[in-house]
Amino acid sequence: MQIRPILSALRRHKAGTILIALQIALTLAIVCNALFIVHERVERVSRTTGMNESDVVAIQNRYVGTPASYVPLVKTDIQALRAMPGVEDAYATNAFPLRQGGWSTGVQLKPDGQKDGVQTALYFGDEHALKTLGVQLIAGRNFNAGEITPFNRDDRPAPPQVIVTKKLADKLFPNGDALGKTVYYSKGRPSTIVGIVAKLTVPWTEVDFPEMVTIMPLTFNSSYQIFLVRAKPGQQDAVFRSVAKTLYDVNRMRVLPEKYGVRTFEMVRSRAYEKDRGMAILMSVVCAVLLAITAAGIVGLSSFWVGQRRKQIGVRRALGARRSDILSYFMTENFLIALAGVVVGVVLAIGMSQWMFTHFEMQRLSFTYILVGVVALLALGQAAVFAPALKASKVSPVEATRSV
Amino acid sequence: MFSYYLQLGLRSLRRNPMLTALMVMAIGFGVAASMTTYSVFRATSRDPIPQKSDVLFNVQVDNWGPENIKKNEPPPALTYIDATTLLRAHKAKRQTVTYPIGVSVIPEDPARLPVREGAYATGADFFPMFDVPFLQGSGWTLDDDEKHASVAVITKSLNDKLFNGGQSVGKQVNLDGHLFRVTGVIEDWAPQPLFFDVPNTQGFDEGAALYVPFNRAVDLKFPNDGNNNCVSEPGEGWEAYLRSECIWLSLWTELPTKADEQAYRQYLTGYAAEQQRTGRFRWAPNVRLRNVVDWLSVQEVVPPESQVSLIVSLGFLAICLVNTVGLLLAKFLRRAPEIGVRRALGASRKEIYAQFLIEAGTIGVAGGLLGLLLTGLGVLGVGLVFPEPIARLAKLDPVLVVLTLVVSIAASVIAAFYPTWRAAQVQPAWQLKSN
Repeated sequence: MQIRPILSALRRHKAGTILIALQIALTLAIVCNALFIVHERVERVSRTTGMNESDVVAIQNRYVGTPASYVPLVKTDIQALRAMPGVEDAYATNAFPLRQGGWSTGVQLKPDGQKDGVQTALYFGDEHALKTLGVQLIAGRNFNAGEITPFNRDDRPAPPQVIVTKKLADKLFPNGDALGKTVYYSKGRPSTIVGIVAKLTVPWTEVDFPEMVTIMPLTFNSSYQIFLVRAKPGQQDAVFRSVAKTLYDVNRMRVLPEKYGVRTFEMVRSRAYEKDRGMAILMSVVCAVLLAITAAGIVGLSSFWVGQRRKQIGVRRALGARRSDILSYFMTENFLIALAGVVVGVVLAIGMSQWMFTHFEMQRLSFTYILVGVVALLALGQAAVFAPALKASKVSPVEATRSV
Repeated sequence: MFSYYLQLGLRSLRRNPMLTALMVMAIGFGVAASMTTYSVFRATSRDPIPQKSDVLFNVQVDNWGPENIKKNEPPPALTYIDATTLLRAHKAKRQTVTYPIGVSVIPEDPARLPVREGAYATGADFFPMFDVPFLQGSGWTLDDDEKHASVAVITKSLNDKLFNGGQSVGKQVNLDGHLFRVTGVIEDWAPQPLFFDVPNTQGFDEGAALYVPFNRAVDLKFPNDGNNNCVSEPGEGWEAYLRSECIWLSLWTELPTKADEQAYRQYLTGYAAEQQRTGRFRWAPNVRLRNVVDWLSVQEVVPPESQVSLIVSLGFLAICLVNTVGLLLAKFLRRAPEIGVRRALGASRKEIYAQFLIEAGTIGVAGGLLGLLLTGLGVLGVGLVFPEPIARLAKLDPVLVVLTLVVSIAASVIAAFYPTWRAAQVQPAWQLKSN
């Protein structure tokens, strides 16, 4: 295939050529970045918590009134929850993964109480916590009932025993010998690591310490309680529906907020990643519509060119060009224009990604995405031009003799 | 002439229905995407209190020191010590401190379940400062603040719930067992962005149903329901918490003139310098006094998702325009013979311009109507993309309707300029000859 005649023909169609190339360039820039956003968000949404998330119901409870201590109320409630039909286990806590609110503090190896060390989220719980969460204990032991102590709102959390995640244990003790070691969550108050769990994530989705978690054998003495309930397999819906009534039957002086009072873990997860899912949907729709419009634009302009050059095509055919020559002429022409478009598009895509990186702290566009975008647009151009090119190849040599 | 050109345009558009449909759809989709995302952007970036946003100032004092803050920006809230000292100094026309409290309201009727309501502890100045609209009664007085009075202001919704919407000034509400006397009922007031409590709401929240005096809330140890950040251990107990370097309070001041603002800024710097002299701060004064708009901008209340989607949509519109330019060019130049005949019969270039711009304008109108329909669907569907507190702010109001139509027509006319210019350049002699 000779490229030179195509180039000299294009020189006579500057405006159309530039418009198609420009459209391909802009489409590439937007599609690369949009797809990359989709990728980034989907990656976040598909992160796991380390829990066995099925059959878990989360309840946010607020006691009304000011008793001397809330701990007896919590104990009664937990007993009632554990006694519910269809419930496997339950415990009371202050926070859980994906909740988007909780406590964090620094943990360190020295007792001096300076604020540095490793950032960790704190989950309170009792000996039922691990089973309810469905996390795997990979070293050491669970808490025992005698270790659970009440914790007042204004206290410093520093129980003698703690269970930590593997990530936190490895960060504190890179040699892998964290079990049995002493760490400090509060000045001068040692805690011993009695157990290590494989994985558990913090309540937040946008922090730089996603798997640094400490479970403490504490019962929060506060009007504010979260109950996590593990239902027996298949019983989640039954528990979800009846749990509020069970609690109100125990004690009416409480509030389970209308909106987020009782939630299955699917609901928790769906809310935690609402924004990410939304962005992924929006960007996917934009990409799809954009590619469709660009393809339609190429079809429209190419058809116009074919219509304009019927006579020239007829002449070429009369002079001995085969149909496949005409077909490949238009395909090659489109390929050359698209190639120019993607070259400019790659520059634009990188520029846009760089700009978003500085303004919105997004990740930089990966090279794979640019490559995928380039291939996709070249293929799109070829696919879009195929029908008009086929039509051109069917122009009969007789056209050359018409209207001279 | 206009109606004749309009007829010509419509006839020409009917001749290639596919091409016309393609252009209308390109403009419609491009405009709808931009307008939908713009409606979200507009809602998140608006001035929540335009009549006073330049005289209301948020106060920040760096009590953490350079090693605990980023980019030299003081913490977004104040400690109890700083907030109450600045409040007591009365250096502004009005001033108030706020923090969200977690309380449950116990209805008088024992058959009804307690309800959890969003609430703020604040000062008497809060209501006049922020132009809070009262339906009954008024806010409590500065004297009530001084006396640590048990008074409250409730919203219409809560009044409906507790008192069936009746006159409730003077009645009591029971908050976790403590009685508060209602001094006023306000509308369901929640300016968006919720500028006075950005650190705890990120700017978008339903707002509170209840307001009680700050001094009384502290007496009753109503816990802070918002964020609490400490750089060092506060120690145990409420008193220790109040004396700690933990930040949890917002302080707002009203400073009507530039001179007031200057004076307050000096006072604030002086206060920080004083703290440095007494040894509490081991760094030079680092304070901020920002009006509503600056505060919202520094706190970045416009979600990055909103900005990114607006930018991507504008890019999308640009591509749709380039697409339309190409299609119009093809369409107009295909009619070169027709243009040649018209020119030969005496039509001036100006008239060719008029004819083709009117034709493009009709595409713009059609695209605008499609765009309007899609924008309506888009605004309804914003809830799929943005979280509920933000999604509910996006509305298809008359301004947006007009803007959608104007943008569509302007876009299509702009897209038509180059193709029309090319059409007007057609040489009549050439066209007549080659046919």
